[in-house]
Amino acid sequence: MIHRLWTKTQDYASQVLLGLILVAAIIYLSMVSEHFLTWFNIRNILDQSTLLVIMGVGMTFVICTAGIDLSVGAVVALSGICMATAMHSGLAVGPAILLGLLAGTIIGLLNGLIISAFNINPFIVTLGTMSVTRGIALIMTGGIPIYGFSTAFTWWGSGHIGPINPPMLLALGIALAGAVVLNYTKLGSYALALGGNEEALHRSGVATKKNKVIIYGICGFTAALAGLVVTARLNTAEPLAGYMFELDAIAAVVLGGTDMKGGRGSISGTVIACLLLGVLRNGLTIMSIPSYYQQLAIGLIILIAVIISELRFRNTLNRLQEAN
Amino acid sequence: MTDSDHKPIIRLRNITKNYGNIRALQNVDLDIYMSQVLAVVGDNGAGKSTLIKVLSGAIKPSQGEIEVAGKVYTGLNPALAISLGISTVYQDLALVDTRDVAANLFLGRELVKFGWWLDKKLMLEKSKQLLRNLNVNIVDPQRMVSQLSGGQRQGIAVARAVNQGGKVIIFDEPTAAMGVNESRQILNLIKDLAEQGYAVIVVSHNLHHVLEISQRICVMKQGRLVANLETAQSSPSEIAHYITGVNNLEDDQEIAQ
Repeated sequence: MIHRLWTKTQDYASQVLLGLILVAAIIYLSMVSEHFLTWFNIRNILDQSTLLVIMGVGMTFVICTAGIDLSVGAVVALSGICMATAMHSGLAVGPAILLGLLAGTIIGLLNGLIISAFNINPFIVTLGTMSVTRGIALIMTGGIPIYGFSTAFTWWGSGHIGPINPPMLLALGIALAGAVVLNYTKLGSYALALGGNEEALHRSGVATKKNKVIIYGICGFTAALAGLVVTARLNTAEPLAGYMFELDAIAAVVLGGTDMKGGRGSISGTVIACLLLGVLRNGLTIMSIPSYYQQLAIGLIILIAVIISELRFRNTLNRLQEAN
Repeated sequence: MTDSDHKPIIRLRNITKNYGNIRALQNVDLDIYMSQVLAVVGDNGAGKSTLIKVLSGAIKPSQGEIEVAGKVYTGLNPALAISLGISTVYQDLALVDTRDVAANLFLGRELVKFGWWLDKKLMLEKSKQLLRNLNVNIVDPQRMVSQLSGGQRQGIAVARAVNQGGKVIIFDEPTAAMGVNESRQILNLIKDLAEQGYAVIVVSHNLHHVLEISQRICVMKQGRLVANLETAQSSPSEIAHYITGVNNLEDDQEIAQ
């Protein structure tokens, strides 16, 4: 029993560690500033974290398969532009949103198709589709932002649902759905097995390529959903929206304990990491640290966290090898 | 003996596999029977692995037919082979180290309720049962495969093959990386499986092991099946003769005298 509890704790060690850091950061910041622990500020942090959570869920799946998706930032822009163009040419809000989500999902599915059909490194494939997607977004708009939408659309970015807002609800829903799919469905199981030993999964009779295509499709879908939030929040669809978002999403996923070598990862880790990054950014601002230094500090924190997680993992492995 | 004992479960007919100009398999005919251990022996590059890959569905033959339970196929894939009841315990074991024992045992045939929700509790219970039945010494099916010893890992690979529900189990070099005790365990397991009615195919370099556990021995050389012997009526030197092409029969007679 104690042994099982111990192994369980080890399984969730990165999440527990990250959670403790988050709590420590919150306690420290609330002591330093009276403005930190107010509902207004917390709501602000949650609101700022929603984009990263939504994209991070899809990215977690992809990284679990030992893959990567660099095209998510460009998909954020393209899906927003598809929605904007559709609405400005007379389509209703609902269908326009669906069209934008579909566009993002298709880019994701294409990523998966090219990666599995030609067996090319995901880094290179999604680097290519990132540029293609961004290019399409620029061509469609001529480089000019599209703005001015109905309130039925902007509600998705800045509406109110009681004390929270629609992006928070979307992020929560996506995180819960992602956790269920990763832990309690065949697809999630296969995502982890794809990263752990793709050949073994294939030899067990599983259609590995099909599953990979679906997983990249999910990542495209969540990026498109982030595109909806960005576009609705700013009331503007910009061809350069979501610039470098892919790097934030990857950093959050890895900070959350998902292994870039694939095979292990968790949605809860990703969510905690997104919140931690949100709290840190907010805290650094409250402590009036200039934004250039914030950039530096966040980068250092990510590096240190990843090094600690790698060392911890290696220690565990070494201990196990000695035990056998 | 029942009728099914006489009829082969798998018949390979004229199987040929070319890799460019290299003929990895040439016109191989082979029958595989239930409740028997068939050993496939031969030197490196003799075509043993290629033959196993044809049976497990890893590769499709260039020519020839595979007849399984009366149905004829020109080639299999892993999913088809498993659904036809042919499971393989690979030399590298093909386990997902980052997942637990139960997830590996049910890899590709996960149990679900409501049509999609993984029934982890049921899989854990069945895993325990399965491992107990096969005498695999693993206390907790929730342990990561990376935490287990070589013998335990092999036990999981065998248990997974059994769990796939087939009638034919292929072992690719099962004792190659094993210590003495672990080899003993796996050899006993193979004998048990044949006694329980499975058709077992074992590819091995170890003639002693092969002689101990098999009923028939096939010798491969340069892509051809050069001998198909009853184990009870053959000697190590006769088999070595077929493997190497060197005539050792006289030595054998001297030893016998």
